[in-house]
Amino acid sequence: MTRALLAVAILLVATPSARAQQLVADLSSHLVAITTGFTGADLVLFGAIEGPGDLVVVVRGPPAEVVIRRKERTVGLWLNRSAVTFKDVPGFYEVATSKPLAEIASGETRARYGLGVDVLRFENAKKREDLFVAPYRAALIRARQQAGLFPIDERQTQFLGPRLFRTTIAFPANVPTGLYQVEVLLFNKGVVVSAQSTPLVVSRVGFSAEIFSFSQQHAATYAACALALAVAAGWAAAAVFRKA
Amino acid sequence: MQIYLPIAEMPVDALVILLLGTGVGFLSGLFGVGGGFLMTPFLIFLGIPPAVAVGTQANQLVAASVSGVLAHWRRGNVDVKLGIVMLIGGALGSVVGVELFALLKRLGQIDVAISLAYVFFLGTVGALMLIESGRALLQRRATRPVRRKLHMHTFLHRLPLKTRFPRSRLYISALLPAMIGFIGGLLVAIMGIGGGFLLVPAMIYLLGMPATLVAGTSLFQIIATTAIATFLHAVTNHTVDVVLGALLIAGGVIGAQFGTRLSGLLRGEQIRALLALLVVLVAVKLGLDLVLTPDTPYVVQTAPSP
Repeated sequence: MTRALLAVAILLVATPSARAQQLVADLSSHLVAITTGFTGADLVLFGAIEGPGDLVVVVRGPPAEVVIRRKERTVGLWLNRSAVTFKDVPGFYEVATSKPLAEIASGETRARYGLGVDVLRFENAKKREDLFVAPYRAALIRARQQAGLFPIDERQTQFLGPRLFRTTIAFPANVPTGLYQVEVLLFNKGVVVSAQSTPLVVSRVGFSAEIFSFSQQHAATYAACALALAVAAGWAAAAVFRKA
Repeated sequence: MQIYLPIAEMPVDALVILLLGTGVGFLSGLFGVGGGFLMTPFLIFLGIPPAVAVGTQANQLVAASVSGVLAHWRRGNVDVKLGIVMLIGGALGSVVGVELFALLKRLGQIDVAISLAYVFFLGTVGALMLIESGRALLQRRATRPVRRKLHMHTFLHRLPLKTRFPRSRLYISALLPAMIGFIGGLLVAIMGIGGGFLLVPAMIYLLGMPATLVAGTSLFQIIATTAIATFLHAVTNHTVDVVLGALLIAGGVIGAQFGTRLSGLLRGEQIRALLALLVVLVAVKLGLDLVLTPDTPYVVQTAPSP
């Protein structure tokens, strides 16, 4: 909890101020708190632009290593045979735009800025060629989309008049914890004219945060507590059975 | 009611988990087994990461076996000496098992290994039980009072370290119960089950123990192996989720009460036949998953977040 708050504080200080820029944006909150009753959360990103343009908002979760294994039939059984490890897969990825992405930027530009699931590339640990890795990449994206972590439906950034805009970012209940980056890009005639990046922390707070950090930092004590709980519950149950 | 599991890192419906605990508790009360072989696959089916399912299940089994052993203890149905010998083997088995678990995880074959272990052990034991109980059901009317030896003498009785176990009226090599305990410990660590379904027949048929002592003594050693496995999983893999464990325990305690009551209404061989059927069904289901073409051949594994 304190760690998370500290991270937020540091990042807030470090965020470049949007002076004399064509784009200003901020989030309704910089912390998504995962409590015991967490069932997902909505954040609002709002801001204003100077002059005309199209907006693209990209939300990226903390990068993590992901292993994708391929099962093959071996002596009649489906065993894990080959695997590809991607090193920097965002735990969450969503794009919101003011009009369809294809109309805003060319494929080349989208690839350079990593806009859209179809142009996302991940670095694989063994530097294998793209052709080999492609089906693994597709399987990864499919799995993430099914889990709701790479939301499929393109979200809209709405203009409230000529200058103001807002968009809602919806985080599902299984959203991974860590540091997120929310990037807002202003395009004009297919070129980025202004950009702003805002940090966001998704963190466990309260009861679940305490249990998690306890289990990590005092693993032996945590294990002893879990066992004590189990023995006490078993004992109590036996006592109740006896009376019943 | 949705509740967020701090270690599994996902929300679950608390009611679903409670019901699952109750259902498995009911069966374990009815059949006198821990029910881990049903619980772990169900938890994985609900989307709990397999490692967390196995670690947490071990914790839940501690509670189930403590409550079970106390009932047997009061009736004097625990052979403490034999139990301790099994326990030594079991402790060794669970330490080796947790290491093996970590190794298989590194090799990327842990899910396949768990499935294969299930199919093999459940399939074998289930089939044998089904045959035995089926025969008993058919022959029930034609009871033949045949004088039988207390137990068969095989090469197993020529092993060294012969020891007397007065409570069970046995004079056997101490290596034998220790070996059975070792296998039990392995199963706890790798499959997240107590192993009662395997230990009980092994103790009856291999050791020749009196049936009245078997359940209590196996539970006695299961407490130790599951406790060690819980501890090791929590310390080395950080995969014991107390919130999930508490929900399972609460449900299990309630279910076991109903199960125990119903078990009084059924005959021994009927119960054994039902249990055998259940065990075989689980084995067949898991076996089919290994053999049939999956929806997608790709499995995605995210490294645990720091």
